[in-house]
Amino acid sequence: MSLYQVQKFLYHLNRDDKVKAAYHSDLVTLLADYELTQEEQHALTEGDVGKLYVIGVNGQILMHFAALLGIEWFDYLERMREGVRQHGPVRDGVYAMTGGGASFTSSSNNNSKPTGAHQ
Amino acid sequence: MSLVYAGVCSHAPGITGRADMIEDTAQRDRLYAAFEAQRKDIEASGAQALIVVAAEHFANFFMNNMPAFCIGVGDTHEGPIEDPDWLKIPKTTIPGHKDLATRITSHVMQSVDVAYAEEWKCDHGIMVPLHFLTPKFQLPVIPVNINCQGPPLTPLPRAWAFGKALRAACDAMPEKVALVGTGGISHWPATPDSGKINEAWDREFLDRLSRQDQAALLSYTDEQTYAEAGQGGFEIRTLITAAAAAGGRGSIDFYEPIPLFAVGCTIGKFALS
Ligand SMILES: [Fe+2]
Repeated sequence: MSLYQVQKFLYHLNRDDKVKAAYHSDLVTLLADYELTQEEQHALTEGDVGKLYVIGVNGQILMHFAALLGIEWFDYLERMREGVRQHGPVRDGVYAMTGGGASFTSSSNNNSKPTGAHQ
Repeated sequence: MSLVYAGVCSHAPGITGRADMIEDTAQRDRLYAAFEAQRKDIEASGAQALIVVAAEHFANFFMNNMPAFCIGVGDTHEGPIEDPDWLKIPKTTIPGHKDLATRITSHVMQSVDVAYAEEWKCDHGIMVPLHFLTPKFQLPVIPVNINCQGPPLTPLPRAWAFGKALRAACDAMPEKVALVGTGGISHWPATPDSGKINEAWDREFLDRLSRQDQAALLSYTDEQTYAEAGQGGFEIRTLITAAAAAGGRGSIDFYEPIPLFAVGCTIGKFALS
């Protein structure tokens, strides 16, 4: 149920530069305004894209969050797959993984290492 | 004066954001050339404002208060909300057209219960089209949103009715107005399946769209679309609205599946009738 709160926080974060600044300076205070489970709070604090994906965060909201974190494209896709491998199928929403974890982007384009941020 | 141009285009963030990662640069350049041809068509129409019928991705609206339709009536808009380095489009201020947008909204309200917003932030769903269609952001833009993200979604027959209402409104205005509907056809964006494209489904949809086959266009259920065209397929609402606004046959000037861009990239226009 608090998935709504997770998404609402990310919605505010993604669209508001002041919230983005607070995300880096005082995340604890920022998150206090939202009713979150420990699992959700931890995933947000850690920037755990794989866990947030499995929790059921809308993919568009999560994609913009991953961009904010500077996660490289193929790494971002891989983190979602890894989230499913670790935590099981997506629990809510319409952004479930339906392709069995395969990559639909040609492998010739997919030669970046699935680690780290792009900057 | 009236609606002077109606078309459709894609808006996937990879079109700009991952443009330099593509191996087949000729394919990317063909897409960019099709966008440029669309820009020229809009310019040649003499349009004084551009309505972008978009499927936003939580830039303005959330499930605390989700309108089925909304028109942006601000003097200006901002965008992109995304990291500009990720989208490869710098943050900018986009001119709106408060007076015209307000008059169009008042007119549309006679038949469709549209919301309006005097504040508007644009995500890739509007920024990518504008990047190509008014690269210097000189053309006044009237952003429009249809809920394609937060179920329950706007029903397809209402998207059609909204297109008709937009057309009637534009035709009642002294200004020349262009309209572009921008959405994906089949795609699974922002999932690990990004890059999956159902080309056969896309071609069937584009055929229905081009033929102005209202019954066939409105017969898709969300369950079918989700199964065959992914959650990204819900954005067909924007294309259906554009077709209804135009009234005339469509021609698809560009369609090529580009997995790196996560969608079958599409550029098309309609005859106005
Ligand atoms: Fe989209």
